This record gives sequence, structure tokens and C-alpha cells, in this order.
Amino acid sequence: MLEKTAVPALRNHFRFQWEPAQDCHVLLYPEGMIKLNGSAGEIMSCCDGERTIDGIIDMLAAKFPEAPDLSADVLDFFKVAHEQQWIDFS
Amino acid sequence: MNSNGSTSANRPGPPLWLLAELTYRCPLQCPYCSNPTNLAAIKDEMSTDQWLQVIRQAREMGAAQLGFSGGEPLVRQDLEELVAEGRKLGYYTNLITSGMGLTDERVAALRDAGLDHIQLSFQSSSEEINNTFAGSGKAFEQKLKIAKAVKAQGYPMVLNFVLHRHNIDQVGEMLALSEALDADYVELANTQYHGWALNNRDSLMPSVEQLERAEAVTNAYRDKHKGGMKLYFVVPDYYETRPKPCMNGWGSMFLTVAPDGLALPCHSARDLPMDFPDLRETSVSDVWFESEAFNKFRGNDWMNEPCRSCPEKEKDFGGCRCQAFLLTGDAANADPVCEKSPHHGQIAEAVERANCHTNIAEAPLLFRNVANSKNLIARG
Repeated sequence: MLEKTAVPALRNHFRFQWEPAQDCHVLLYPEGMIKLNGSAGEIMSCCDGERTIDGIIDMLAAKFPEAPDLSADVLDFFKVAHEQQWIDFS
Repeated sequence: MNSNGSTSANRPGPPLWLLAELTYRCPLQCPYCSNPTNLAAIKDEMSTDQWLQVIRQAREMGAAQLGFSGGEPLVRQDLEELVAEGRKLGYYTNLITSGMGLTDERVAALRDAGLDHIQLSFQSSSEEINNTFAGSGKAFEQKLKIAKAVKAQGYPMVLNFVLHRHNIDQVGEMLALSEALDADYVELANTQYHGWALNNRDSLMPSVEQLERAEAVTNAYRDKHKGGMKLYFVVPDYYETRPKPCMNGWGSMFLTVAPDGLALPCHSARDLPMDFPDLRETSVSDVWFESEAFNKFRGNDWMNEPCRSCPEKEKDFGGCRCQAFLLTGDAANADPVCEKSPHHGQIAEAVERANCHTNIAEAPLLFRNVANSKNLIARG
């Protein structure tokens, strides 16, 4: 079970950035690229290696006050991102 | 990359991968090298400014991965400058190297320039076989030293082993070596039989038993070490019944630039009897969207039978154009790896020879070097 106090951080061989030609955020890694959808891009934009998952949820809630509770989506994303070995938790 | 790189049926997407083959010079002589066999006739190399221009133009179009390769890219003294510009523009920068000529100081200078990742090739996990295939008695020791320096300086490291019948039985030892060196990714890539490797095919092709054992060792390692090094195992396409979707389609996402500025849809394409555009005279955008060469095998109007009416043509694009040309004489034919190809018998014969071949030392290897290249050119 993923705790909301966990701090997600991108693994050191990944880079997260906005790609204008793709019109989306991407993760770049040795010889590859993963295109992120809009919500995954927003979540990763808040992930700085210091913020907890809770902190990231709060930040997104402040940015998107109209959105319903984002906790489940954020937790799901980090679960997948960890399974895919994009991120580590501390 | 997990993108098909195309936005509509007619207009291709931008190149996503720029492979800069900075030079054909190399201190090693691997007999499966992907460089053209006529490399002795190609001496020109683009200047630093010409390379910078290509790197900038491709990034402007949307290329996100930049590979520095060769030959041995470390031979170029401007490598750090090119890496720095690539990184500044937002590329993920990859150095694809033999490690020969690399020093702790240069590993650090490349780090300062912003290099993201180093892929280091080994010819084997055994010093003797490694050095025989590299054509250098010092290669193995140097590679071990460099692998340690690469990790000590915090890079992600990919180790690449090109597999063939003389080293494929050592896959277990290769994985142990990779683990000891703390690799992040390991590529166990069977030889692709183009160019130099096609000349050495009978000496290099593994038997089906060898291949099955190597795959079993790789799969067992994966099961035992979940979350550890990522392994990529590339089978020799001769043992497939359908061709690989080569380069994810011609001119779909890959752009290789040869040392002299020739723009190619893949690093083997120089062996095709076609005129490729020269980036010293043309922009990357014109090459990619407008040139006859890059449009030649896009879509499927160019296909001959059996590809033309094949339900799988959108999946594998008819396979590899270079392999089709090298084995059938027509680059628009089906890749003969495909069982549906009328030329598939050539593949079956080569595989049969590999499987009844008992004395592996019998065929001499043709090493990749300038003298052998000149001989091949003279023979036509």
C-alpha cells in the first residue's frame, strides 16, 4: 500500500520535460521517450524529489480548484510510475 | 520510442531520433560493424559548425534523442562542444562508444558538458574473445576501467554485447559481468547481417540450440532479478518468420547523419543504390520532408508483392529495405526473412548452414578495417 507521506523522485537516468513538437510532457531516458498524458504531466510537474504525495495532491488541488478529489488519480499514477521504474520513493 | 512518429497518412511526423555518426575512424575492427564496407572511400567529415547546424535544425523540428556514434565518436576532439550544444537545446544526449581513448578526465568533461548517458560496447565477457573480435589486445582492460569510471561519475550506463556464435554461449557470464559493473541496462543484441556482418555471416550465425540456450539464460535472469538491470535481448531476424518493423518505418522517426553529412534513414542505408541528400547543402527539414530518398519507402505504394496485398504490411512495413536489397537485389521487395517472400530460401539455407556447421573455426573472419574496405571496393 502506497503511503501519502512517501516522497517520489524521478530515477536518475530519466529527464522530465515539455516537448513543444509533441505538445505534451515527456520522460526521456537512454535512447527512449515516454509521452505523458495531460494529468500525468501535471502530476510530474509537481514532483521535485522533496514534496510528499500529499503535498503534490495539495498543490494540484490549489491549481485546479474545480477538479474533484484527485487523491486516487495521483496515487494510481505513482503506483504505475514505480512499477515502470520511472520513480523511486524515499 | 513508443510513438509512431507520424501525424497523418501523408505528412510524416518529425524525426525524433538524430544519430550523429561523427566519424568512421575507429581503433577497433569488429567484423560485424554497422559502418559501410566502403568506408575507406569516405574520408570527409563535417566541421564542428556543420554538425552544430544539423543538431540545431533537427531539434527545432522536434528531435528529442541525440546519439553520438561512429566509428568511435571520441576520436572527434569537438565531441564535448557538440554534447554541450545538444544538451542546452533540450536533447537527451547519448554517447555510443567502444570506450577506447576514454579517460577519467574526458568522462568528467563530458559530464560537465551535460552528457546524459553512456552506452559502452563489449565484444565478450572473456578477455580473449573480446580482444580477438575487437582486433585489439588492450580493449578488454580499457573497457573495464571505463565502465567503472562511468558509474563512479554518476552516469546511467548501458552495456551492449553484440552476440554471435563465438560468444552467445557466454550470456550468463555477460550478465554476471554487467551486474558486477553495476550496469543499468544490458543489450544482448544478435548481429544484424548487413555490410561487414553479411560478409562474415557463416562465421557469426549462431545455431538454434545456442540461441534457445541464450534466451533461456536471459529469461531466468529476468525472473530472478525483478527490478534489477533491464535486459534487452534482440534475436537474429534470420530465426524469425516475419520481418522486424525496421526503424519503425522508413523516414518515420530515425535520422542518421553520416560523417560526411549524408542523411540516411538508417545507419545501413548507405549500402543501397540510391542518392541520399547531403546536409552540407540541404536543411534537415528539406531532407526529411522533401527529399526523394526519404519519401521513397514511406507509406506502402512502393511495395511489391507479397507485401502489397499482405494484411501485416502496416505492422512490419515489409521489414528491412537494406536486407531486401542485399539479398534480393531490389530494395522494394519483401525482406526475405518473411516466410511469404519468394526469396526466403536464402535465409533458410543460411540458417541450415549455421545448424550443421560443426567446426566453428573454419571460416576466417573479415575484420572491419581500411585495408579490407579497400579490397572490398576493388572487388566491387
